[in-house]
Amino acid sequence: MNVLTATDAGFTGCTRCGRVWPREDSHCGRCGAKLHTVDRHGLQAVWAWWLAGLIFYIPANFYPMLLTQTLTGEQKNTIVGGAIELWRHHNYGVALIVFGASVLIPIGKFIAIAYLALAVGNERRRGGHPHLHLYEVVEFIGRWSMIDVFVVAILSALVQLGFVASIHPGPAAASFALSVAFTMLSAQSFDPRLIWRGPERVTSA
Amino acid sequence: MAETSAPAKLDPAELIACPQCDALHRAEHLPEGTRARCVRCKTLLIVPRERSFLHVIALSFTGMILMIGAIFFPFLEISARGLTHESSIFGVAMAFSDGWLAPLAFAVLSMIVAIPVFRFLALIYTLWPLANGQPAWPHAALIFRLAEEAQPWAMAEIFIIGTAVALVKIAGLAQVSLGPAFWAFCVLIIVTTLKNSFVSKWVIWDEIEQK
Repeated sequence: MNVLTATDAGFTGCTRCGRVWPREDSHCGRCGAKLHTVDRHGLQAVWAWWLAGLIFYIPANFYPMLLTQTLTGEQKNTIVGGAIELWRHHNYGVALIVFGASVLIPIGKFIAIAYLALAVGNERRRGGHPHLHLYEVVEFIGRWSMIDVFVVAILSALVQLGFVASIHPGPAAASFALSVAFTMLSAQSFDPRLIWRGPERVTSA
Repeated sequence: MAETSAPAKLDPAELIACPQCDALHRAEHLPEGTRARCVRCKTLLIVPRERSFLHVIALSFTGMILMIGAIFFPFLEISARGLTHESSIFGVAMAFSDGWLAPLAFAVLSMIVAIPVFRFLALIYTLWPLANGQPAWPHAALIFRLAEEAQPWAMAEIFIIGTAVALVKIAGLAQVSLGPAFWAFCVLIIVTTLKNSFVSKWVIWDEIEQK
């Protein structure tokens, strides 16, 4: 299908509200959002946030997420350790939710964003649908990684029973929250309009 | 809503560019019950809900009241070996307030309370005059745009799933009782979802521009 795009017609479309403006305008006159032309410059921001997210994801996995003190002693749980613990206590469903939200989704997101950013302009114009769906899934699902941060917050706020049991947040909570936030920003910086531009059109403009 | 063919003399004011693939379309007011999708990538462009402004306003007020209840009533209480401890939503965010984790407490409080409240207020501010047939109030475009941009960072529904996971983790350690704030928060999520389904972005932008 040959579709006339705003860029081809000499305009810039506002990605926030959809209004179309002449190429030389810098901000949308209706909603005030900054207008972005469809080009590869935006990918720098995608990669910068992506790398920041990846850097913070490493300590998030090695440092403890939860410090639990009970009558039987002190315990330190990392992200994966917390999921394994739930599995051992036969809470299989919840263990899978935690594992999915804090391990599978973040790693899947790093791979998916890198793939999208690398593949931009290499797909044929009509081949954009699978890539757009992948992008939409990444945007939708990325926020759900925050579950583990909230679990830590709730446990540490609630389980304060002195010597019987008390739970404190570990340093991994902060780096994991930052990692999730940075990958969300990385996905938001990716311009899905690039998916639809053929190889020869991406480099121009 | 038709695919444009002639590149010459297009009036940008009549056009809508698909935010996902840049395809140009002619924007039109559609009859209730229909929806316009992008011809290329099938992204929803226009969902007309002409009379939905009052629904959104009413649901936003409901959400605000529920949020006030959720903040001030007890959220969860645990007891084990004769010791009890309760926490409010505020207390949950303050779990990170010790030492260098403090910015995280601020972030959590923003994601579960401040940003949802801001979005309710912003929608009421934007839609109140429009629903009464008056011109939009000053800076309505800026406020509605900020509300839209903040949407991914409002994480009330994720917080409730997190609560469910936390309850399972505590189950072996102590007895947990759910406070009124927990139920208020559950209803809040339903109200928020309903409200979001009534928001028709293109219609709102069009009305802000026209009036």
